[in-house]
Amino acid sequence: MPDNILPSTILGLPFAAAVLVWLLRSRGRNLAVWLMTGTALLGLLLSLWLYPAVAGGGALRQVMPWVPGLGLDLVLRVDGFGWLFMLLVCGIGLLVGIYARYYMPADDPLTSFFALLLAFMGSMLGIVMSGNVIQLVFFWELTSLFSFLLIGYWHHGASARDGARMALVVTSGGGLCLLAGMLLLGHIAGSYDLDAILAAGDAVRAHPWYTPTLLLILLGAFTKSAQFPFHFWLPQAMSAPTPVSAYLHSATMVKAGVFLLVRFWPVLGGTEEWFWIVGGTGLVTLVLGAYSAMFEQDLKGVLAYSTISHLGLITMLVGLGSALGVVAAIFHIVNHATFKASLFMAAGAVDHEAGTRDLRKLGGLRRVMPVTATLALVAAAAMAGVPLLNGFLSKEMFFAETLAGRHGPLLDVLSVVIAVAASAFGVTYSIRFVRGVFFGRMASCLPRQPHEPPLWMRVPIGLLALACLLVGVLPARVIGPSLRVAASAVLGAGHLPDYSLAIWHGLTTPLLMSVCAFAAGCLLFAALRRRFDGFEATPLTGRLSGKRMFERVLAVLAADIPRRIERRYPSRRLQPQLLLIVLLALVAGTLAATSAPFGFRPRWSSVDPAFALLWLLGAACAIGAASQAKFHRLAALVLTGGAGLVSCVSFVWLSAPDLAATQLLVEVVTTILILLGLRWLPKRIEGLAPESRAHRFRRRRDVFIAMAVGLGVASLAYAAMMHPVADSISRFFLERAYTEGGGHNVVNVILVDFRGFDTLGEISVLAIVALTVFALLRRFRPAAESIRAPFQPQRQVAPDAEEAAHAVDRSLTDYLMIPGLIIQLMFPVILLFGLHLFLRGHDLPGGGFVAGITVAVALILLYMARGARWVEAHLRVLPVRWIGLGLLLAVGTGLGSLAFGRPFLTSYFRYAELPVLGKLPLASAVLFDLGVFAVVVGATTLMLIALAHQSLRRPRQPADLPGGQG
Amino acid sequence: MELVLAAAIGVLAASGVWLLLRPRTFQLIIGLTLISYAVNLFIFSIGGLRTGADPVLQDAAGGIAQYADPLPQALVLTAIVIGFATTALFLVVLLTSRGLTGNDHVDGEDGTP
Repeated sequence: MPDNILPSTILGLPFAAAVLVWLLRSRGRNLAVWLMTGTALLGLLLSLWLYPAVAGGGALRQVMPWVPGLGLDLVLRVDGFGWLFMLLVCGIGLLVGIYARYYMPADDPLTSFFALLLAFMGSMLGIVMSGNVIQLVFFWELTSLFSFLLIGYWHHGASARDGARMALVVTSGGGLCLLAGMLLLGHIAGSYDLDAILAAGDAVRAHPWYTPTLLLILLGAFTKSAQFPFHFWLPQAMSAPTPVSAYLHSATMVKAGVFLLVRFWPVLGGTEEWFWIVGGTGLVTLVLGAYSAMFEQDLKGVLAYSTISHLGLITMLVGLGSALGVVAAIFHIVNHATFKASLFMAAGAVDHEAGTRDLRKLGGLRRVMPVTATLALVAAAAMAGVPLLNGFLSKEMFFAETLAGRHGPLLDVLSVVIAVAASAFGVTYSIRFVRGVFFGRMASCLPRQPHEPPLWMRVPIGLLALACLLVGVLPARVIGPSLRVAASAVLGAGHLPDYSLAIWHGLTTPLLMSVCAFAAGCLLFAALRRRFDGFEATPLTGRLSGKRMFERVLAVLAADIPRRIERRYPSRRLQPQLLLIVLLALVAGTLAATSAPFGFRPRWSSVDPAFALLWLLGAACAIGAASQAKFHRLAALVLTGGAGLVSCVSFVWLSAPDLAATQLLVEVVTTILILLGLRWLPKRIEGLAPESRAHRFRRRRDVFIAMAVGLGVASLAYAAMMHPVADSISRFFLERAYTEGGGHNVVNVILVDFRGFDTLGEISVLAIVALTVFALLRRFRPAAESIRAPFQPQRQVAPDAEEAAHAVDRSLTDYLMIPGLIIQLMFPVILLFGLHLFLRGHDLPGGGFVAGITVAVALILLYMARGARWVEAHLRVLPVRWIGLGLLLAVGTGLGSLAFGRPFLTSYFRYAELPVLGKLPLASAVLFDLGVFAVVVGATTLMLIALAHQSLRRPRQPADLPGGQG
Repeated sequence: MELVLAAAIGVLAASGVWLLLRPRTFQLIIGLTLISYAVNLFIFSIGGLRTGADPVLQDAAGGIAQYADPLPQALVLTAIVIGFATTALFLVVLLTSRGLTGNDHVDGEDGTP
């Protein structure tokens, strides 16, 4: 496979596998495992294959155009540093996949779990392979999202839900800050391309916006890497299944933050601000995490705080600002990932076999699970920094870095003391972890009888422990080349500092510091050994619970402030709120009008008397409808229809036949719809309730407001009509409609061709509304007083009830005998007319919308004339299927153009000579219009039939609706 | 022409707004229908009114000026269909609300008429 498509293959694989696994649903636990581990293995091998491409210090780039107009491309960029992370993500992903197969409960099909894990793996690869900072933020947010879903995987537990929510709020909030920071950074550097930004370091640091940019980016990195004061989400995230904790919350996702720090160190690093903020935060986190870890009682809690502390160490190394610090940081990222993942897996194995993670209950397990105990011992020793293990080497580098002393005597001494102290805490909690679980007295009252976990749970732990050992013993050979490649990618090939990866450097100060820390840690453990079990919360800092503060802030933001706003707001009722909205619009309009006075005079001469007469009628209808809507609903509906007809005639008058046709047909359908609904509204009789003064006042006030609005709208409309139009884009449509769209009817060409995407959106809305209407009506419960059939139908069916031989609605069919027959005969004619309207739509007024409503009207007429039972006995109407087919056709037509290398929804047309019909225009837009037609038919019929069926069904006997089959 | 249509839009809007401020759901649905007429005519009228212009392209050569502006027409066509969809949705919501609350007040409670 050529190198230039390898990056996109590596990135695409996990996402594709995730979809596949998701589709397996509940059958295929084993297949899901194979897919997960196979994908991870393949990703690992392909990444390794890339080594020659990055070994020289260069970067492999794969560019795909995305939004070229904005200068945004989809750039995949693999350099040495990203490559190292790819190995981590794929390698640990592989081990976690194997482990999870045996860890997760046997009755869980695991497909959704592995799908999420794979998707997370893809997102993580996306972060480390992004060559564009916006793209990086996108994948960043994806990892937050999948982390949320994975933490909350056992969503029946409240703590899992709370932990997941907290992690999501903190990390995605940080992600938003990061987005803002990246936008600023891209603006300063003049490009969102990573290479361009990395090259613009000096300009960025000198820019006045440097500090805000830095702060925003750091907020993103610190929230993700659980740095103080955002560290609290990580311990809460321990409610996740242990494989998730091992993968996301130790080895990969939390490393994204420090990845970002290292990645942007050449751009943002090296300044005073960087030193104080990054170094300081790292220092505080390092100590706080290590200190808190000592007093945890939960096995995973110890590891969580230890992770926080180690992340703090890495942050501090990057913050110190030297090149050597960056090398040490990268080294420690890898080391920490190996030993912490194996420790999490070991903790999971203990939990799995013993049934508890409480350090106070556990003890002496080395007798029953010796292999796990040995492996955990190795990993914990690496965590404590015991020589011959990898943790020792990076810790030595860290100590050497604190000794470099560049920031004044006080600070230098302080950092050395704190480094040793934190390291001593690390020794203490490591000892406590191992001793509390595996040594000491055998635990007596465990929930389960512990024994060794399955072999394939031990293998991943073993491999990682082996890695700790190999790196620890033969650092230069095992990790040396990779580390050099990664570090030179960050620092530049020529700027690599001198460092030596050896176990023995002689009797140096760092070694002395190591010994001190080790001795102090052992002493501390010995001193506190008997008292550890008694701590319910961490002494001194336990009160300052980040979790509690987070909850308080959330409560203020999500409950207190909205409640206060609501209390200040005049009303919770909709009616006064509408009044307020109308008044606001009125005030805004008036202000705008006074600031830009209209410069026109009414031209009385242009008034056409016939048109004026027409609208006199229209205005009378509108005002009549307004006054009758309360007590005479039917009259109001008829009058509204009148106003609609008048505006329909106006469209014809003003050269818009397409609009007139659509308006007329929509008018018909709307009226039928509302008529069907009228039956369920309560009866309202005029003059029953005496009118109070308050009512009269309110009505007069509203009349006044309405008149003011009307006056404003009228003058605005007049001004708009009289304002000369600048050359609009209409010219474009008129000129191109025939040459590029192949149609004479410009309106239709705009709808199905030029603005086809808008129309696609519109028919989707129509489909959604129809389905919503259908769904709402399925659970429709009418008010008690409207359940009885209305007076007229009762009269009509009364004779049927008396004579047993009659069908239920026989009288009804008899009653409309002649109109029914006529409509039945006309039905095919109307259908043919609809077809005609559809076919001529591209060149003459007509088209998919009008034709669709025509066909729907034909169906409704049939329903009205012959009754629903007759129609459904003779005709299978499947509106939902119409909607689905229509949408598929429209989208399919749009996608078809992709096959020819054109953008979505590009239309194609040519003329065809047919034997009998002659020259016919054939445009792919006609197919799209057919989709529009089908959606309109389906949606309209679905809504009308669903509403009509409400009157047919008997109370408490939900009848089958025809749409149900579709 | 323009004056009449502007006045018509004003009357439709005023009737619609008056109904919008009423308490009953049916009044609201009629009011929204009237307002949508007004808005459709308003959008359509922007850019001037043309009587007797050709709505579709003719084969005989002629200037762009002989045709009616297609853009507002396409916009309003879309608006009419979407207006139908929202009216239908509103109707069903009002019927459901009527079933749930037992009355047809917009706030679901029969306090003030």
